[in-house]
Amino acid sequence: MANTTVSPDIRAKYEPVIGIEIHVQLNSLSKAYSSDATEYGASPNTQISPITLGHPGTLPMFNEAVLESAVKLGIAVQATIREHNEFARKNYFYADLPKGYQITQDLTPICNGGFIEIKDAEGKPKKINLTRIHMEEDSGKSSHDIDPFHTLIDLNRAGVPLLEIVSEPEFRTGDEAYQYLTEMRRLVRYLEISDGNMEEGSLRCDVNISVRPVGQEKFGTKVEVKNLNSFRNVQKAIDYEINRQIALIEDGGTVVQQTFTFDAARGKTQLLRDKEDAHDYRYFNEPDLQPVEVVEEYVNSVKAGLPPLPKELFEKYRKLGLSEYDAALLTDSKEIALYYEAIIAHTNNYKAAANWMMGSIKSYLNEKAAHIKDFPLKAEQIAELIQLVDDSKVSNTAANGDLFKALLENPEKSAAELAEQMNLIQESNTDELQAWVNEALAKYPDKVEEYKAGKKGLTGLFMGEVMKLSRGKADPKLASKLVQETLEK
Amino acid sequence: MKDYHKLSDIQADLNAGSINCVSLVEDYLKRIDENQDLNAFVDVYAHDARARATVIDAKIKHGTAGKLAGMVIGIKDNIVYKDHPVSAASKILDGFQSLFSATVVERLLEEDAIIIGRLNCDEFAMGSSNRFSKYGAVKNPLDKDRVAGGSSGGSAAAVSAGLCLASLGSDTGGSIRQPASFTGIYGFKPTYGRISRHGLIAFASSFDQIGPFARSAEDISTLYEVMAGPDNFDNTLSKQEVKKASEAELPKKLRIAYFKDALESEKLDPKVREESERIIKELEEQGHEVKGIDFPFLDTMVPVYYILTTAEASSNLARYDGIHFGYRSENAHDLESTYKLSRTEGFGPEVKRRILLGTFVLSSGYYDAYYGKAQKARRLVQDKTNEIFEDFDLIFSPTTPHTAFRIDQVESDPTQMYLEDIFTVHANITGCPSISLPLAKHENGLPLGMQFTAQRFKEAELLAFAQTLVHN
Repeated sequence: MANTTVSPDIRAKYEPVIGIEIHVQLNSLSKAYSSDATEYGASPNTQISPITLGHPGTLPMFNEAVLESAVKLGIAVQATIREHNEFARKNYFYADLPKGYQITQDLTPICNGGFIEIKDAEGKPKKINLTRIHMEEDSGKSSHDIDPFHTLIDLNRAGVPLLEIVSEPEFRTGDEAYQYLTEMRRLVRYLEISDGNMEEGSLRCDVNISVRPVGQEKFGTKVEVKNLNSFRNVQKAIDYEINRQIALIEDGGTVVQQTFTFDAARGKTQLLRDKEDAHDYRYFNEPDLQPVEVVEEYVNSVKAGLPPLPKELFEKYRKLGLSEYDAALLTDSKEIALYYEAIIAHTNNYKAAANWMMGSIKSYLNEKAAHIKDFPLKAEQIAELIQLVDDSKVSNTAANGDLFKALLENPEKSAAELAEQMNLIQESNTDELQAWVNEALAKYPDKVEEYKAGKKGLTGLFMGEVMKLSRGKADPKLASKLVQETLEK
Repeated sequence: MKDYHKLSDIQADLNAGSINCVSLVEDYLKRIDENQDLNAFVDVYAHDARARATVIDAKIKHGTAGKLAGMVIGIKDNIVYKDHPVSAASKILDGFQSLFSATVVERLLEEDAIIIGRLNCDEFAMGSSNRFSKYGAVKNPLDKDRVAGGSSGGSAAAVSAGLCLASLGSDTGGSIRQPASFTGIYGFKPTYGRISRHGLIAFASSFDQIGPFARSAEDISTLYEVMAGPDNFDNTLSKQEVKKASEAELPKKLRIAYFKDALESEKLDPKVREESERIIKELEEQGHEVKGIDFPFLDTMVPVYYILTTAEASSNLARYDGIHFGYRSENAHDLESTYKLSRTEGFGPEVKRRILLGTFVLSSGYYDAYYGKAQKARRLVQDKTNEIFEDFDLIFSPTTPHTAFRIDQVESDPTQMYLEDIFTVHANITGCPSISLPLAKHENGLPLGMQFTAQRFKEAELLAFAQTLVHN
């Protein structure tokens, strides 16, 4: 085993070259080539018809929803969408592949090109170009660890549609890969074409990793790491593998073309198979499916129906005056972004709306471990809270505190109504306010003297007293103004 | 029992009340029983057939019977029928029953056909003699020392011997037309994409086509019209409207081409050539224009056919792996031995030969030289054929280069047997509809089919023409 600690000096002599293949399981209701259901977690072998089972005489049918998903993703990553799409058979024997071949696309993938934007180590934007996206079907699932003597096969997954997304080998670090995967997951979720859930296997990835001396044009020998089960593990596997390969070369060894898995517990890659075991898949045109023609009008109609994408929303929020940080947080998940969109449809105070999203609402969701879709208040109600504060009717503290709490318990009521009931409407009557100010100042005559002698920081003390006397009902802005005016008299 | 040749005669007698479906089925069952030595049927659905006959007799009485009432039909053992065993004459499908019915079976049943059993064939429809069957060879009813042809040998023999009025076969390279020729009956392969392949056990998906055997051109048309047309289960089907033969407008003078080199070939039995020339003369006398033309791909077609069909077969037959259904070797002890032993023990020699050949031509390093090249050649043959149909309505040839050969005739070189298909593969490579008509007899007393091929989707014209020929 080569020593895998590499000094920064030696590390700097090499350039890692990394490419990623992602399999995204589509969330269509039926399978790619049959009408069987695709629900995750159903009892084993219950979502299987003769077509899924590959029984003699069955033929694939084509599910147009798969095409639509592929076109959506293609548009979102700005890929070129192919007009003439053929299907191919990828032939190999495995117990969970009932037909003995997988229907996929070989020479005519639905999408070529396109890119995903991430940030490089210095924080500068970096484009990761895509090679291709193609449509294919999933295999069944083999479980080797349930029965000690047998492998159990569940064919519910067989035929579930997948998109395979192949990147150019443009990643240099594990972090870049992590960002790319996060972005891709966010995109498929925004597009609502996949759950993008690694634990349930609806997003899976394989990574190709090689290193070469800086300045060398020829790629080094690559190894493949498969069966990665989290984005963090992808990152760790890449970083581990980069170091392993550099250390191996530095030791005078050579990298061999092999396939590894990642042992997360030990933080190491582990040999799965050598290159000699590589399959010859004998691809050829799938004769049971006619080519699918994707015409421009179709692409345009899909484009017209696309939901807003995270990048577009991010730019929009920046233009609304939100910080990069706020805009990024708000667009992190589609549901959050959509809720925010709903609030700002009712208020122009975009910053306040963002603060609500990332403040009280987020705290509530965290506390309840709830999802935004289960949040009991309507976006209009949040907008109303913002309006009450903006109109100085309710203090910001009260709005985010007692009033918000009360509203959550009585979501059918209006915020203004509750504020009234709870006696939270701020006093903006100058006479009454002036009386509280006078009373507060009268309480601390020596402090007033100190203030007049130049200790301006004492305003806070007087304000505190005013708020206390008014039981929080004083409009702080107005009160502060009156305190100053009175003191300056 | 009368020796019926067409459904219209049976229906006339049914309507007159001189027979009924029950008596008809009994007669056919009796004949099947008396002709067991032909080895045509591998399974007889006597109980089913009798029950359906009763139901259909009642429908006839009420005037609600379908178009095929009175049609007793057999199906090739590669067409699936719900809850019935199906094996493609292979051990690998031992014990397998289908969970669904082929679209063609559904359509026949909807029109009140009575399915009387399933018929012997070459294993996975691979063969020209019906000797590659787990059930053994089918005998030619006209000379029991001779083959009935293949791969739909059982389907042809059963109809020829009158064990059923009609039958279904499948034609990948001549598997309907060649046995029809050998047994003196009608056999029709429609356009590729015309009849649903849903429920047909695949041999070579871009070539396979289901078609009927019958004792009259009329019945061929009737069966074709019942079975043809769009089906959601088969993505390769054409949306083109199915025209009836009776609606076809046939010009008085048809332009008919034949391939000069094919008729002059040394491989052709001289008597077959003579009979073909006689037919040409007759056609001319009927006012048609018949012209010999050059076709530069005669020698290309059989290799192209075998490269492409074996490639597709190697993939189509991958599902028979001993894991999910059918035969599993008793000696299998892990995944790899399950595959190796089950497939070694389950497949016969011809199927193995073709799987190996197909796997080879698709292998990396050989793909371009074989599969890729054959695909290009297929395109050229198709283009040239389309060109011919710009100037001609039909292409004529004998169906086979000779009459039925002896069952004990041994071929040391399997490629010799592949040349059987020299006249028939053209229609499968191009997807054209093609029919074999029992128009000639060899001096050896055996029948000889004559083949007419039309442009794709011109079945109505082809079938209308076939009917005029017979009436003449």
